[in-house]
Amino acid sequence: MDRQRSWWQTYKYLLLRRISQIGILLLFLLSPWIAQQTGVWVMKGNLASSLTLGMLPLTDPYVLMQSILAGQWPVSTAFIGAAIVLVFYLLVGGRVYCSWACPINMVTDAAAWLRTRLNIKGGAHLGRETRYWILGFTLLLALLTGTIAWELVNPVSMVFRGLVFGIGLGWGVILAVFLLDLLVRRHAWCGSLCPVGAFYSLLGEGSLLRVSAYQRAQCDDCMDCFKVCPEPQVIKLPLKGETKGVGPVITSGQCTNCGRCIDVCAKDVFRFDVRMHNATHNVLAKEVKEVVS
Amino acid sequence: MDTARRQFLLSTLKTASAVGLGALVLGLYSRQSRALPAPALRPPGALAEDDFLGACVRCGLCVRDCPYDTLKLAKVGEAVALGTPYFTARDIPCEMCEDIPCVKACPTGALDHNLTDINQSRMGLAVVIDQEGCIAFQGLRCEVCYNVCPVRSKAITLEKQHNERTGKHAFFIPVVHSSDCTGCGKCEEACIVDGEAAIKVVPLTLAKAGGSAHYRFGWKEKAREGKSLVAPDTEHQYNLPEGMRYDYEGKGLIIDPQPQEGLPVGDVPADALESLNRKGAP
Ligand code: SF4
Ligand code: SF4
Ligand code: SF4
Ligand code: SF4
Repeated sequence: MDRQRSWWQTYKYLLLRRISQIGILLLFLLSPWIAQQTGVWVMKGNLASSLTLGMLPLTDPYVLMQSILAGQWPVSTAFIGAAIVLVFYLLVGGRVYCSWACPINMVTDAAAWLRTRLNIKGGAHLGRETRYWILGFTLLLALLTGTIAWELVNPVSMVFRGLVFGIGLGWGVILAVFLLDLLVRRHAWCGSLCPVGAFYSLLGEGSLLRVSAYQRAQCDDCMDCFKVCPEPQVIKLPLKGETKGVGPVITSGQCTNCGRCIDVCAKDVFRFDVRMHNATHNVLAKEVKEVVS
Repeated sequence: MDTARRQFLLSTLKTASAVGLGALVLGLYSRQSRALPAPALRPPGALAEDDFLGACVRCGLCVRDCPYDTLKLAKVGEAVALGTPYFTARDIPCEMCEDIPCVKACPTGALDHNLTDINQSRMGLAVVIDQEGCIAFQGLRCEVCYNVCPVRSKAITLEKQHNERTGKHAFFIPVVHSSDCTGCGKCEEACIVDGEAAIKVVPLTLAKAGGSAHYRFGWKEKAREGKSLVAPDTEHQYNLPEGMRYDYEGKGLIIDPQPQEGLPVGDVPADALESLNRKGAP
């Protein structure tokens, strides 16, 4: 048996992610009040477009793209904001948006957890590629209708904006996504349907920071990572593909960089790494193997 | 074609058509939600509604920078396109900030940054929509809308009219002029009647008539040209029967009293029957 892993080691990234998700939400939510007290606006707006500390503009490139397809040419602030966001996610991983910022992720994670606890099986089949079709159609709709049609129903912005600006009947949307993920399919929303996640997964295909199964040689097939991962298909090859000449880095943009696999793996197989460290025969892993044996 | 390939194509087709169907429904819904309900007004500088719905990313930065909490983002279940900013004049009107912070805050230009003079904004147009409800039309001196208007005595003027009921008073009728009204809604907020205001700001597209290009207003054409456009005014010749005249000064057609045979010329006698009897008498 390896050394005992502490509670912190097992929940580190989960905890950090929740702090990040709730923190972002709270910053947007409390900023008006903070501004009233101190005159300083920490964060203004929402995930679609925001202004941090009165100087850093951020804009969601996906919504901006829809606006351009709808035939509008935004002013430069939006472009600067979108460029900053693009660079950021190209560095840290596209779907970091999903696992570190998106409020829906907490809902879907909760549903997945409960689904496992209640041992709910079955439901409808939803292909994971469906989200790319939806992504394509949202762009097409913007082009055809001349409006950002997707924003009329987008649960992601609906919930975040709702929590910051007043939610109305938006609670119903949270409930709907929760029930979908609980009853129809595990991670049905984020894993199969959400075009926002699909968009950021495309960014992730080229992003620098990735999870790597750098000590894959130590894997004892407990399957814990597969069970906890919202996109388990991305783990298979990097973890098991050494004989096929596949490197240990999880290169698929569908990986959300949530780090849960790092958390749960008792053998410390995973860690955050950069895309380039993808040689099939990881020197480090070998060394460790030697040390262990 | 092998089975696996066929399976793959089939499932792809299924997914594509299911998503396509959803997109179609959303597309139809987006057409419907294009109509902005009349009581909802867009912030100053907002592009025309069709463009606005393509340009606004629903970030709420305009909402945050409005010092009067005028603007709101449409919530789920409201009739305004989800997440877009609007205001309801009767609740909180636009105070027409001179520096227009909402427009400056907009990162996309959905609120047009070319708008630098708030007096040039056109959020809608005020209309005295219920003349029966407006107390000025009943002859009372109200003038509240006239006085609160930030474009005072230009956007709203008071037009005097004779009050026939009393015979000696004047109506002071509020009249809105689209040349100056910004649609801020201060008048609608202030209107003293209970509940709905008698003067309301409605979207320009609703408030303005389509125009009357086929019609020429003679007096305006004349003023512009400096002379009459038709042949110089000549005295109109009426071919009237004898004993009738036409008065050009305004009295119109005049029938002169005609002397009739057997009838006394002059006033009708007090006893008309008597004179008739006399005529028939031998
Ligand atoms: S592979 Fe790991 S980091 Fe990526 S989504 Fe799965 S659990 Fe999260
Ligand atoms: S002009 Fe001023 S009061 Fe009017 S909507 Fe903009 S910020 Fe608000
Ligand atoms: S600031 Fe501009 S883009 Fe943002 S909600 Fe207001 S109008 Fe829309
Ligand atoms: S909306 Fe009313 S108060 Fe505002 S400019 Fe027009 S007439 Fe004046």
